[in-house]
Amino acid sequence: MDFAFLSSTMVTLIRAVPTTLVLFSLSILCGGILALGITALRVSGNPVLSGFAKAYIFVFRGSPLLIQMFLVFYGLGQFGVIRYSFLWPFLREPIVCAVLSLALCTAGYTAEIFRGGIRAVPAKEIEAARSVGMSGFLLVRRIIAPIAFRHALPAYSTEIVLMMKSTALASLVTVWEVTGVAQRLISQTYRTMEVFLCAALIYLVLNFIILQAMNLLEYSLSRHRRPFAPGLRA
Amino acid sequence: MPGVTRLSVRNLRKSFGTHEVLKGISMDAQDGDVISVLGASGSGKSTFLRCINLLETPSGGEVWVDGKQIRMLNGRGGSRPASRAQVDHIRSELGMVFQGFNLWSHMTILQNVIEGPLHVLKRPKAECIAVAEELLAKVGIADKRHAYPAHLSGGQQQRAAIARALAMKPKVMLFDEPTSALDPELVGEVLRVMRALAEEGMTMLVVTHEMSFARNVSNRVVFMRDGIVDSSGAPEDMFGAGASPAFRQFIGHFGNPQ
Repeated sequence: MDFAFLSSTMVTLIRAVPTTLVLFSLSILCGGILALGITALRVSGNPVLSGFAKAYIFVFRGSPLLIQMFLVFYGLGQFGVIRYSFLWPFLREPIVCAVLSLALCTAGYTAEIFRGGIRAVPAKEIEAARSVGMSGFLLVRRIIAPIAFRHALPAYSTEIVLMMKSTALASLVTVWEVTGVAQRLISQTYRTMEVFLCAALIYLVLNFIILQAMNLLEYSLSRHRRPFAPGLRA
Repeated sequence: MPGVTRLSVRNLRKSFGTHEVLKGISMDAQDGDVISVLGASGSGKSTFLRCINLLETPSGGEVWVDGKQIRMLNGRGGSRPASRAQVDHIRSELGMVFQGFNLWSHMTILQNVIEGPLHVLKRPKAECIAVAEELLAKVGIADKRHAYPAHLSGGQQQRAAIARALAMKPKVMLFDEPTSALDPELVGEVLRVMRALAEEGMTMLVVTHEMSFARNVSNRVVFMRDGIVDSSGAPEDMFGAGASPAFRQFIGHFGNPQ
């Protein structure tokens, strides 16, 4: 084992972790917000709006994320409207393309996860809320969303972990995140095994932290499913 | 204020598809009335109650709550409320207690009780909590205020649900078979709470199978059959010589209540 090489590789790769985290957090944030919109359309009851949401979900779940990313990265510039718009200075940046395609894709999956959560909200609890005079956004904010989110959380944490791993695809559109830097190191040293093992270890550690955080969140939101402990105040 | 009409229902109709469940029900509740609505399952009594606060949309007829009519529009697709804001307001004035309790499972008992006053009536939080604790003490579950609904027995959950409805300071309380989902030994604790409410002068409309409640607590009994009011009157008349043949046959199934 060449510890000197491993540690220098590790240091190089860790320098790329901030880029990976930026890709990850921006795409989860933007994708989550977009997913809320898509979910709202999907459950709106309006056939046109829910049809649009269904089509969106089908397209982004049904085609490879890598192809979506290539289409955004290589394809958008071909449209004059975009190329000469005020957005072009942003859209020509590889990291913006990567975040955009990651967010668009995760929004499709997340919208379905959220919809599943909403379907699991007991109709009786919604009825009870209506009976005290709640409706519209108040009903969603106070009753439907909190219950739906609790139901959606296990599936959503899986989606978040998948997204962390999907950030590796950004290396193929020239974003220097962990996997991209690893490949550059390999092309310089030809030591595939050590470098990729180091990269895999970094993803494992990142995902371990994320999963622990999600477990903690799930635990703190499921007090109502655990035995009653009179000493513990809500 | 005795003599004030709290609730008035005129010729209420409800159809599900071609099936007419309510065929024109009229009923008035004065302040302090406790009306028991009896009837076999399928007679439309729960639908009647749910039409009053528009959890079901009536197909026709009028509902007046505390002198205000719920405005309805009659369009191609049938009847619908004219104003969602008015429906929300009317619902906030009618306390509803469900057969299945329907507490919000992710909230503690205290959070369940303050939810409506805090977010619908927009009362200050300290006031909501004070009122809630008083109500929880009144229904006998003050010690459970930080427990979640799943931690409570059915009887305790139903008492919490009654406290939740009372926290809105409703003009009328609607009970939809409040003891039907309970184990027999838990029925008594809920009925005691309801009896105490009746004695305080709360206006109540109670769909029930509890003959002893109908006979001893309510001041009026309404017997529904096939979507109409078969007969109604004071309990001593209804359970006495004045009973209609259909009602006599109906209570025959329950044995003789004391």
